[in-house]
Order: sequence, then structure tokens, then C-alpha cells
Amino acid sequence: MSTARKRKSVVPGFKLSFGFTLLYLSLIVLLPLMALIVKTAGLSWQGFWDTVTDAQVMASYRLSFGSALIAALVNVVFGLLMAWVLVRYDFPGRALVDGLIDLPFALPTAIAGLALTALYSQQGWIGRWLEPLGIQVAFTPLGVIVAMIFVGFPFVVRSVQPVLAELDKSLEEAASSLGASPLQNFLHVALPTVRPALLTGFAMAFARGIGEYGSVIFIAGNIPFVSEISPLLIVTKLEQFDYAGATAIALVLLLASFLMLLLINLIQYLAHPHLTEEASRS
Amino acid sequence: MNTKAAAGSWSPPLAQTHVGSSRQVKPGAGSRYLLITLALSFFSLLFVLPLLSIFAEALGKGWVLYLQALKDGETLAALRLTLTICIIAVPLNTLFGLAAAWAICKFSFRGKRLLISLIDLPLSVSPVVAGLIFVLLFGSHGWLGPWFIDHGMKIIFSVPGIALATIFISFPLVAREIIPLMETQGKDEEEAALILGASGFKTFWHVTLPNIRWALLHGVILCTARVLGEFGAVSVVSGHIRGVTNTLPLQVEILYNEYQFTAAYALASLFALTSLFTLVLKFIFKRRTQATARSVA
Repeated sequence: MSTARKRKSVVPGFKLSFGFTLLYLSLIVLLPLMALIVKTAGLSWQGFWDTVTDAQVMASYRLSFGSALIAALVNVVFGLLMAWVLVRYDFPGRALVDGLIDLPFALPTAIAGLALTALYSQQGWIGRWLEPLGIQVAFTPLGVIVAMIFVGFPFVVRSVQPVLAELDKSLEEAASSLGASPLQNFLHVALPTVRPALLTGFAMAFARGIGEYGSVIFIAGNIPFVSEISPLLIVTKLEQFDYAGATAIALVLLLASFLMLLLINLIQYLAHPHLTEEASRS
Repeated sequence: MNTKAAAGSWSPPLAQTHVGSSRQVKPGAGSRYLLITLALSFFSLLFVLPLLSIFAEALGKGWVLYLQALKDGETLAALRLTLTICIIAVPLNTLFGLAAAWAICKFSFRGKRLLISLIDLPLSVSPVVAGLIFVLLFGSHGWLGPWFIDHGMKIIFSVPGIALATIFISFPLVAREIIPLMETQGKDEEEAALILGASGFKTFWHVTLPNIRWALLHGVILCTARVLGEFGAVSVVSGHIRGVTNTLPLQVEILYNEYQFTAAYALASLFALTSLFTLVLKFIFKRRTQATARSVA
């Protein structure tokens, strides 16, 4: 194997394709991200700390991270349910539902925000039924959660679905022939197999929720200390030409998303250590 | 890759289900219908009703207002800008996707894993942060901004800035669709063509491209959808100059904030239709990609 790999490949274009890839990556992604880090380095530590721990900013973290966490948890439950139903059962319109799951990837976030606002506002089809119950969704933190559930849903479904589909059916047959109930079967056979995929989906939905802007700002109402998300604070600070403040909050969000990325990679590595190793060696 | 195949062949033939229903693994009919109902209710509340409500809001005041909203001058200018950005961003990211896939799948080098992670990086950056980094780079107080402004080039609050932020946001969408497929296909066919005397470009055009065409189209459609609809990143770099630097999604926001709800939802309904069309194409391309991957395996 190793001698075969050392043999010079006849396939041309390595320098060209690799060079272009690195150049484009550096210009579009790495250099601009570097600008953020350099700009933050220009702030004094005290100034940075005061900005990122300001009461209004702290309230926005609580809302952004808290809502993203709740939304991701809801998506874990319903995403797993949806993946299970799509993989295991046949029902009329299954292909249609399967195709529509990706709607949040195709529908612009702002449009999703408008749609959810129309639906959950006081006159909306759902909002008018919740209003008498004293539940207000639009223009409250609850609305933020609803928008984050919308954008995060396909991440969980799409990461769990392939694993469920490839789950070895004979394992479950063996378990049930040994007397396992369907529920036991699910808890002890299916769930452990999909757990890494479920965690990955959770982390992706969570990360997406933290950074989400377009779909949230319409339904949130953006009341300071109540329904104002962190990305919106960045925009507000930019509009007031407070570049240092915007940069500081952006760095906090960026670090959070890098942490999630690291977590996702770690989950995948722990689930398939040999796969990752192979990919890096090939 | 062949998840769909497994999903499709999962349900056993009818006769078998009937015979085996009493001793099969699957839960009983009751829990089956309960689970399907639960999943579909959640799905309707979250996806179907919002889509329908867009059309209800848009057409609630009749067709005349609807069509009027779409013919507005500022709206048409916004549409032109959005299409311009699309024509700049999608081909560049497609070219990048092809180059990155070629380098990653046809050659071995150190740091490949890192390169793949870096390519995926923009997906985990908040759109607002994505916009901000270009303001920090090219804005009047930015790193390179003063130099560009001295040389008469305006990047932020202008088309180049919008294009850059959009390219960043949709950066990996083509690459990440092609790479897995090209990886399973290996490089045997290319090597055969090259040994038989085909030039590098000819090999790419006649061997590689037909092999990856469905995955490529899948990536391009995802990238286009993202580029047409990007809101957060563009909102930060655009400056919201009416008729000049407003893209279509930003125009929707302006109309909404000015209480021109019918007009806002009319534009939103166009986006909704486009996204449904996108999903149909995506569905077809994904099926074809999976069929290609299976034929290799």
C-alpha cells in the first residue's frame, strides 16, 4: 500500500488546484477572520471585558444561548421522531415530507421569520388560538425559540436519518426474538447506535441557533433585556459606529461556534476513530 | 451515501408484513400511527402552516395589490442587484469547489483533514459576524479600507462588499457536495484516460465531470439558494441605500418595517415559490447523486 502511494501519480493539476484552493480560502475566509482577531487584540483587556460583560450583553447571551439550547433539545426529540418515521414507516406523502425537511436550507431566513411572525402574531392562524390561553409567542423569547427550532430541525433529521437507515435490522430481530419489547428494542439497540449522530445534530442545531439572525429578528420584537439576541447587538453597535463593541461581542460568538465545531469533530472521532484516521492518512 | 437506497428498501414486501405482523420487530399498528401523527403534526406546525400563511398574507388584499408590489421600481432594482451577486458568487464558489475537490480527492498530502475543516468553517460562523469581518477589513476604519478608499474603490456599502460577504457565507456549499462522491470514485478512471494519452483538461471534461455532474448540480443549487436569500451578512455590509445596495431580502425587511405588509409578503411569496422549486431540483439531484455513488460501490 505505502509503496503504491509513494508512486508518482499520473493525475495532473495538483499545484494548480491546491494553489487555487489555498489562495481562495485565504482571501475569502482566513484573512477576514484574522482581521477580527487582530482588531480585538487592539482593544484593551478592560475595555473588552467591560463590553462583553455589560448587563444588556449578558442578557442577550442568556437569550441566545438559552433559546438555542432549548430549541436544539426540542429538535433532538422531534428530529429523531421524524427520522424514525421517515425511515421505518411508509405513508402517503412520505417523499414530499422528506423533501420539505430541507426547507430551512432553501428558504431565506428573513422570509422564514416573516412567515413565523404571520403565523404566531395575535391575528395569526396559530397565535389567535394561543392568545386566549395567555400564551404569546410573537415578540417574546418564546418566538425566538420557535424560529431557532425552524432553522435547526433539518440538522438533526439529516444526521440521524442515514444512520437509522443503515441500522442492522437483524440486531433488532435477534433482540425481539429473545423477548425484547419494541420500546426496549428502541432504547437498547437503536438509540445507542444513533447516539453519536444525534449528538452531532444537536451540536449543529445549537451552533446554528446561536448565530441565527434573519429568522429571529422579525418574530423576536427585539426588546432590550427581554428578546434581544446577541447577533442583533452586534448590528446595533455597528450602526452606532461602535466598532470595538461589535468586534468584542463577535469574538465571543465566534469562540462559541469554534467550540461547537470542535465538539462535533470530537463526537465524530469518538464514534468512528478508525474512519477519521483513515481519512487523514489517505 | 446510499442512505436513500437503504431507506427505500427498508419496508418489506406487503405479503411479508401481513404474515409476519404478529411476530415482527416493528411496534404495533397503534404506536405506529401515533408516531406518524405526532411527527406530521410537528412538521405541519413548523413548516407547512408558515408557508401557507405567506401566501395568505400576500394575496389577502387581492391580485392587483400583489402584482403592483412586484412591479415597484425599488423592488426591481433590488432584484437586479440580487441576480448580479448571484452571477458573481455562484460561479466563483463552483470553481473553488471543483478545485478543492480535485486537490483533496485525487492527491494525498499532509493536513488534508485540517483543510477540509477550514473549508467547512464559514458554515459555523454567524452571518452577522461574517458581515462584520468584511467591515473590519474594508470599512473606512478597517485594515485595508483606507487604502482602497484612497484608490477610489468603495467596497463596504457597495456591490463588492455584498458579493464578498455572500461568497463567504456560501463558500463550502459546492465543495462539500462534490468531495464525498469524488472520494468514493477514486482516480482509476482518470488514470486510465491519462495513460491512454488524453490531456489533463480532456480527462477532467470527459471523465471526471460526467461522473460528478449530479453532485455538482446539487451543490450549485444549494449555493444559489443561499446566495439569493442571504440576509444577515448582507445586511451588515450593505448600508441599505435604496435602489442601490438593497438586495431583495433586504427590500422585504424595509417594506415590512414600513408597514407595507402586502408588498413584503408578496415578495416573500416569490421567495417561497423559488425555495419550493429549489427543493424539487435538490431532491432530483440528490437521488441521481446517490445512484451514481451506488454504481461505484
